[in-house]
Amino acid sequence: MEIVAKLQKQFMDFISALYREFLQLQNLQDESNPDFVREVVSLFFVDSENLINNLTAALQQQVVDFKQVDSHVHQFKGSSSSIGAQRVKNACVAFKTFCEGKNIEGCVQCLQQVKHEYFLVKNKLETLMMLEKQILAAGGRIPDLS
Amino acid sequence: MVCEMESDQTEDMEMEVEVLSSMWPEDMNENGKQFNIDWPGEDQDMLEEVNINEDSTIVDFKRLVELTNYSEKGSSQLAYLVKNWEYKQENAVRLLREELDNLSKQQQESELKKLEILEKYQFEEERYGGDKRPISILDEDLKRYIFQEAPRKRNDVKIQDKLEIDAEYDSIKYWKQRATHLEKLLETSGQREQILTEKLQESIENLERQSSPVEELSQVLKRADNFLHFVLQNAPVVIGHQDNELRYRFIYNHFPSLREEDIIGKTDVEIFTGAGVKESQDFKREVLERGIPAKREITFDTGLFGSKTFLIYVEPVFSKAGETLGVNYMGMEITDQVRKREKMAKLREEIAVQKAKETELNKTIHITEETMRAKQMLATMSHEIRSPLSGVVSMTEILSTTKLDKEQRQLVNVMLSSGDLVLQLINDILDLSKVESGVMKLEATKFRPREVVKHVLQTAAASLQKILTLEGHIAEDVPIEVVGDVLRIRQILTNLISNAIKFTHEGKVGIKLYVVSGPCPDVKQGSHKRMASDHSKVLAKICKEDKCTSPSNNALDRKGSGGCKDADGANERLLQKGEGNYSEQNGASIEDEVDDPNQQETTVWIRCDVYDTGIGIPENAIPTLFKKYMQVGADTARKYGGTGLGLAICKQLAELMGGHMTVSSKEHHGSTFTFILPYKVSPVCDSSDDNEELTEMDNHDTSSEGNDDDINSGFFQFQPRTLGSLFSSHSSGRAPKLSPNGFGYNTLNKTNGFQVNSHSFPLDSNTSKETGSVEDACSVADAVETCSDPESTFKHTRNSGNPSTSGREQKINGVLDHTPCLSSPNSETTNSDQGEITEKIEKSQIQEQPDKSSECSSSKDAQISKTSLKPKILLVEDNKILVMVTRSMMKQLGHDIDIVNNGVEALRAVQRYRYDLILMDVCMPVMDGLQTTRLIRSYEESGNWDAAKDAGIDVEVSPSNTSQRSDESSTKRIPIIAMTANAISESAEECYANGMDSFVSKPVTLQKLKESLQQYLP
Repeated sequence: MEIVAKLQKQFMDFISALYREFLQLQNLQDESNPDFVREVVSLFFVDSENLINNLTAALQQQVVDFKQVDSHVHQFKGSSSSIGAQRVKNACVAFKTFCEGKNIEGCVQCLQQVKHEYFLVKNKLETLMMLEKQILAAGGRIPDLS
Repeated sequence: MVCEMESDQTEDMEMEVEVLSSMWPEDMNENGKQFNIDWPGEDQDMLEEVNINEDSTIVDFKRLVELTNYSEKGSSQLAYLVKNWEYKQENAVRLLREELDNLSKQQQESELKKLEILEKYQFEEERYGGDKRPISILDEDLKRYIFQEAPRKRNDVKIQDKLEIDAEYDSIKYWKQRATHLEKLLETSGQREQILTEKLQESIENLERQSSPVEELSQVLKRADNFLHFVLQNAPVVIGHQDNELRYRFIYNHFPSLREEDIIGKTDVEIFTGAGVKESQDFKREVLERGIPAKREITFDTGLFGSKTFLIYVEPVFSKAGETLGVNYMGMEITDQVRKREKMAKLREEIAVQKAKETELNKTIHITEETMRAKQMLATMSHEIRSPLSGVVSMTEILSTTKLDKEQRQLVNVMLSSGDLVLQLINDILDLSKVESGVMKLEATKFRPREVVKHVLQTAAASLQKILTLEGHIAEDVPIEVVGDVLRIRQILTNLISNAIKFTHEGKVGIKLYVVSGPCPDVKQGSHKRMASDHSKVLAKICKEDKCTSPSNNALDRKGSGGCKDADGANERLLQKGEGNYSEQNGASIEDEVDDPNQQETTVWIRCDVYDTGIGIPENAIPTLFKKYMQVGADTARKYGGTGLGLAICKQLAELMGGHMTVSSKEHHGSTFTFILPYKVSPVCDSSDDNEELTEMDNHDTSSEGNDDDINSGFFQFQPRTLGSLFSSHSSGRAPKLSPNGFGYNTLNKTNGFQVNSHSFPLDSNTSKETGSVEDACSVADAVETCSDPESTFKHTRNSGNPSTSGREQKINGVLDHTPCLSSPNSETTNSDQGEITEKIEKSQIQEQPDKSSECSSSKDAQISKTSLKPKILLVEDNKILVMVTRSMMKQLGHDIDIVNNGVEALRAVQRYRYDLILMDVCMPVMDGLQTTRLIRSYEESGNWDAAKDAGIDVEVSPSNTSQRSDESSTKRIPIIAMTANAISESAEECYANGMDSFVSKPVTLQKLKESLQQYLP
C-alpha cells in the first residue's frame, strides 16, 4: 500500500504542476467516461505531431505560405491551451506574431521553441499517464482531484 | 597776359554758375546733362521739354511770403539765399579788384613797353640797319613774349632812363626832352585811364545786369520748383501746408481731383468726408499741439478717391518766436503695400495656425497611440489578471465541494468570498478604465423597463439575506419598451440596489421609475416625501416580525453575500433571457402605453430613484461619494466592505449614456440615488417578438394570467417573508409561475406566504445563532425555500449558479424532498459532512431522470421537455481537442451537442435543424464564425438563404424543411455564442458587430460555459 501512496503523491505533485485547464480536463472525466483524459491527451499528441510536421514542411517551402502557417499555429494554440499546455500556447502566441510579421527566421525559431515545449509537456503527460497506470496496477485509486 | 586774365575771369564766372547748378544731380539719367542747368536760358528749354503741369501746385503766394517772412524755416531759407547772393557779390567785387590790379599792371607794362619802344627807336637811330623786330602790342605772341621778357627789359629801360638823364642833365634840351617825354606819358596815361574807366563802367554795368539778387533768387527758386515738379510728377505723393487752424495754405497733388479754390483755406473735414478723414485731422492737430513731427498710417475711405491707405508725415512749423504756425504735411499712398503686408500677415497667421494644427494633430496622434496602447494593456490585463484569479476562485469552489471539516469549510468560504471580492474589484476597475479610455461601447437594444426593474429586484431578493421589503414602482407613463443599453442600465440598477441593501438593515429598498421632461433632477424633494411615507407604511406592515428577527438579521449581514455573487451574475443573465420571453405581450399592451404608434423615434427621459431606509449618508460625505475608491468613512469600509468603485462606475455609466446621477440622503433615514437617462422610444413593435409566444406559452401555460398583469403592472413588491421562496422563484427564471403558489406580487396571495413562513422564521434565527457560519446562513435560505415552496421542486435550484449551494440543495431535495419544513434546519447542520455524497446524488439523478434533465436550468428544461426534450445546441469548432473538451463539458452540464467543423457545415446544420443555441468558433477554415453568423442572421431577417447563396454556399434544404422552418420560426433569432481565442475587446466588438450575442474566451472552462449557457438557455 505504501507504494500506492507514494505513486499517488507523485501523481498529485505532477498534477499540481500542470495548469488548471488540465485539472479541468481531469474533472471532466468520470465513471461514464473513464478514459476521457487519456483520449484527449493522445488526440493532442497525434494532432500536435501532425501540426509540427506540417509547420516544419510549410516553413521549408521556397515561398512560405504564412496564411497556412498561421492557421496551423492557431490550431496548435487552441489545442494546447485547452489541454493546459500553457508554455506551448505561449510559444504559439509568439509564433503567431512572427507569422503576422512574415518573419521567417522568427517563425523557424518559434517552431523550435514550440517543439521543445511540446516535447516537454508530452513527456510530462506521458509520465502522468504512466503514473496513473501504475497506481491502478498497484491496486490504488487515482486521487480525486476535486 | 591781360587778355588771359580776362578770359580766366569769365571762366571763373562760369564756374560760379556751375557750382550753383551742381546742387542738382549731374547725371540724373543718360540725358542728364540736358537737365543740368548752366544758364537760365537753357533752363527754359528744359522746362519746355519736361512739360510741368503748373496747375498741380496750388500756392497761396501771400502765405508763402508770410511764411518766408515769419517762419524760421522760411527765414533760414531766405538767409541761405541771401548769403549765397552776398558771396557771389563778394566774389564779383574781388574779381573786379583783381581786374583793376591787372589793369594797373597792364598800364605799367604798357608804359614800360613804350619806353622800350623809345629805346629801340633810339637804338635804331643810333645803329641803323640793325635787327628790327616788328612788335604788335595786340599780337598774342608778342604779349606772351613781353610777359616773359618784360622784367629784364624793364630793368634795361630803367638803366637807359637813368643814363639818358644823367647824360643830358641840366641842359635845356634835356629839360625839353624830359618835358615832352613826360607829356607823352601823361597823355598815354590819360588815355589808359579813360580806357580803364570805360572798362570799369562796362564791368559795373555788366555786373549790375548780371546779378540782381531777386532775380537770382527767383531763378533758384524756380529751378528748385521745377525740379520738385520733375521729381514728383509721377509720385503718389501729396504735399501740403496747413495753418494752425489746419486750413490748407498750400497743396501739391499730382492727381488733383479738386480745384484750388476747393482746397485752399479749408480743412480736411470740410473738404471730404468718410473714414479716416477725422483721424487724419486729429493726427495733424495732435502734431500741431505736441510740436513733434510724427508719422502715421491712415486708411481713408472717402467718396472722393475710394479706399486708400496713406502714410502721412506731419511736421510742425514754428515761428521765430517758437509758436506753431501750422504743419507741413506729406502723404504717400501705400494702399498696395498695406494690402500686400496684410496678405503677408494673413499668410503668416495661416502658417502659424497650420503649424498649431499640426502640433495639435501630432498630439492627438500621440494620444491616440497612447490610448491604443492603453487599450491593448487593458485587454492584456483583463486576460492576465482575470484568468488566474478565476482559476483560484473556481478551484476554491471545487475545493468547497470536497469533504471538509467545519473549520476548513469556513476557511474555504472566506477564501471564496474574498476571491469573489477581488474578482469583482478587478471587474470594476476594468469597467471603469474601459469607460474612461473610451473603449466601452454602448449598445442600443430594445428592452422593457418594467421587466428590468422587476428582474433586478428579483435578483436582489434572491440573494437577500436580510428581512427587507423590495419594491418597484413604475409610473404609467413609462413606455413599455424603450431602447438603450440594457446591460449597463441593469448594471447601474443592480449596483445601486445591492448598495442600498448593504446599507439598509430594516425597512425597504425600492426602485421608482417615472418619465420626466428633461434631464433636470427637479423632483428630489417630492421623492423624499414619498420615500418617507413608503417607509412608514412598510414599517407598519412588518414591524412585528422585523423586531423579532432582527438579531439574526444582523448576524447574517456581517458576512456579505460573497458566495452568492456568482448566483447574482448568473441570474442576471438569465433574466435577460427571461425578458426576451416576456415580450410576447407586446402586441396587446403597447397601444395602451405609446400614444402614437406611427411616431418616429422619440427620446424620453426616465428618472429612476433607488431609495432605501438605511443608514443614510452624512452630508459631508456626499460630495466625495461618486469619487473613485471613496467610501463614506473608514468605518464603513471596515464594516460593509466593498471596493468603493461601484458608485463611481454607476455615475460614469450614467454620464456615458447621456444622463447623470445624483444622490440625496438623510442620515439614519435613508438615501435616494437618482439617475436620469434618455431613452429612445420606438413606436413600432418588433414582429419577431410574437414568435416567442409559442415558447413562452409552453413554459408558462399555467401562468399566462400572471404575465398579463405583470407587463402592465406598475408595482412589484418582494416581501421579506417570501425571502426564501423568491430565491427559488427567481432561480426558476420564471417568477410569474409562482403566482399561483402565492408568492407573486398581488397582495391577496401574499397572506398565504405569510402564514407558511411565520413558522419557520424563529427557527431560522435560532439556527443561525447556533452555527454562526455563513454557509449555514445560506442554507437557511435554502431551507426556507424548501418549506415555503414545496411545489417548486428541487429542479430550480441548480440555477443559482453556486455549486456549493446548489449541491446542498440537491442533497436536501433529494433526501428531504417532502420533509416538513421544521426539520430542514436540523438536516442543515449535518449538511457539510455530506458534501461528497452530493455529487453522487446529482449523477444518479441524471441517470434516473434523463428526460427531465434536472441538472441545469432545470425548470426550463423540465417544461421544455413537454415539447422538445432538450435545447438543441450546435458546436462549430475545427479544433478536435477543443471539440472533445467542449463536448465533455457540455455533457457534464447536461447537454448533448451537435458538432460541425466549419462555417459551411454549420450553415447546413442550421438549415436542417432548429437550434436553440450555437457555440461558434471565430477562427475556422473554409468559413469563419463571423461570416457564418452574418449569414445566419441574414437568413433570420429575410427568411431566405440568398446571402449564403451569394457567398457561394450551396443550399441543400429540402422543400419540406424549408416550409417547416419558415412556418415555425424563420425569424426567430438563434443565440450565438462566440468562442474567441483572445479576450481583446476589439474582437468582442467584432463578434457583436457580426451578430453574435455573447462570447466566451478560450480556453473554455466549465464555469464560463455554464455562465454563458445560463444566459441563453432558461
